[in-house]
Amino acid sequence: MASIQLKQITKTFDKHDVIKDLNLDIEDGKFTVLVGPSGCGKTTLLRMIAGLEVQTSGQIYVGGKDVSKVAPGQRGIAMVFQNYAIYPTMSVRENIEFGLKNNKVPKAERTELVEGIAETVGLSDYLDRKPSTLSGGQRQRVALARAMVKKPAVFLMDEPLSNLDAKLRVQMRIELIELHKKLGTTFVYVTHDQVEAMSMADKIVLMNKGEIQQEAPPEVMYHTPSNAFTAQFIGVPPMNISAMSDGFSFGFRPESASLSKEKLLGAFAAHGRIVTREMLGSETIYQLKTEHGSFMIKSIDDSFRVDDEVHIAVKQDKLHFFDARQKRIAPSEPAYEQSLDLLRGRRYG
Amino acid sequence: MTQVFPIARRVLEYVLKLCLLMVFIFPFLWMISTSLQTFRETLAYPPTLVPAVPQFVNYLTALEAGPFGTYFKNSIIITLSIIVMQMVVLIPAAYGFAKYSFRGSGFLFSLVLLAFMIPGQVTFIPVYLMMADWGIGRTLLPQIIPFMTNAFGIFLLRQYFKQVPEELIEAARLDNASELKILWKLMLPMSKPALATIALFSFVSHWNDYFWPLVMTDSAAVRPLTIGIAMLRETEGISNWHVIMAGNVILVLPILLVYIFCSKQIVKAFVYSGIK
Repeated sequence: MASIQLKQITKTFDKHDVIKDLNLDIEDGKFTVLVGPSGCGKTTLLRMIAGLEVQTSGQIYVGGKDVSKVAPGQRGIAMVFQNYAIYPTMSVRENIEFGLKNNKVPKAERTELVEGIAETVGLSDYLDRKPSTLSGGQRQRVALARAMVKKPAVFLMDEPLSNLDAKLRVQMRIELIELHKKLGTTFVYVTHDQVEAMSMADKIVLMNKGEIQQEAPPEVMYHTPSNAFTAQFIGVPPMNISAMSDGFSFGFRPESASLSKEKLLGAFAAHGRIVTREMLGSETIYQLKTEHGSFMIKSIDDSFRVDDEVHIAVKQDKLHFFDARQKRIAPSEPAYEQSLDLLRGRRYG
Repeated sequence: MTQVFPIARRVLEYVLKLCLLMVFIFPFLWMISTSLQTFRETLAYPPTLVPAVPQFVNYLTALEAGPFGTYFKNSIIITLSIIVMQMVVLIPAAYGFAKYSFRGSGFLFSLVLLAFMIPGQVTFIPVYLMMADWGIGRTLLPQIIPFMTNAFGIFLLRQYFKQVPEELIEAARLDNASELKILWKLMLPMSKPALATIALFSFVSHWNDYFWPLVMTDSAAVRPLTIGIAMLRETEGISNWHVIMAGNVILVLPILLVYIFCSKQIVKAFVYSGIK
């Protein structure tokens, strides 16, 4: 087990800073998810922790030790790759054993470890098979077993579920959460899928354009996003954000608005027409065209139809305000009242 | 589409293939046939393809016409040494060109390609002079040293290595494998078809090489099989085609055997399209 510290990390590709002066503490034993749109630098960050990419400047500490100049194989790290990266010419056993062999683990111990791990991930019957004869899910397990058998201090995972079909992905997600609980090791998981991040993380690190936008547990990130980017990246559909004057804007989550055919009262209220309707089973998502723009509304009431004229209202504690720099304004800040006035002015003006 | 059309097409396809096959295989059949004829039969007009009584004695005559044991041994030592040396040189070179980016790698690789394009006839005089200078003329070395590298082999194996996903190598590095181990345990097993192809091409071209040993050798002790067979022509002033052809069959037999063993791998090397 080990914590990870990144200090003043900069990574430059072709004179272009992909990551600049980044600082990040990853807690020991926690499931940390790096999430963000493609090209945000999350995979580069992971690869630098692994040692597969060398940072242009800055230090990386694993378990308090500076590993900036340590070879990937000696950092006490295991990594699961997006396409599994299973050695195709080796059997499942040889795949799992390869790292142990390189670390000069005696044969008897090796066999015991490999068979124990195979049991854990349910590969015992496949140890002598070649990877090409395995299904996607089984290959994923080989990749996991290969990582686990080394008993690493840190697990790195680079979008490990993106090659699986939807059903298997949900199942593997649960298995990974259980695995983390069982091992108690530090997990660092990269994904572009915010649902994956929300469902698995102890802590989410949301990145955009090489910068950390927010680090927080899923519920904190959902309820108090630090800026408009976070607010719109986390949550499906994303937060509705609408501009006010002076560069200020306000927003609310699709499920925070009440929906009715009658006129409603709230800190924000509007009237509009339903343009699209997506019935998802337990809930229905409506797209509403109003004079303030288009809003997505999530409701458990599926009785509304396209072209219905409806009213929405949002309570004050469900409203979010963002300043001209897109930062969220906390209710305790003076600018909050100002924003409320702006919203009211807009409503009545 | 109608039923008739595909059948007609198929017939045409087979006829064309048969023609092509004949072009390639006829000289071969003629060689075997001539090797089993009598001297008189080889001169007969019109020529016969099937000998009246197969003359296996021709093979014995060919083998007794010169020190064939020595020739054969020389050919094997030369060809195998070349293949081994080429592998020692080209495997790390191909790995370097495929998976490392270093200053001047593009330039160096174009030098390799250049070497691939220059015909041997252009360089043989300087190489000959160099070998003569080194005083190794009475050994097999002048027939081995100039061929220790194989530009085509470097090129082919590099292309093959390039197809190996980067993640596999990275996974191995995280598994604490040394570069040598990655090469030996990962890259080479995955590249067997390419290695077999390179080895076979190299084997065929050096086993059959005639020009270079002709230039470089002046005694039976260091001559390979090709020169020995060619010398059969001069034994009695008149061309004993039946004996020469028997010699030729002996010459190509090892190539045939190697091809039969390698053909599967070779086909793989050319249809290989990456790892799923």
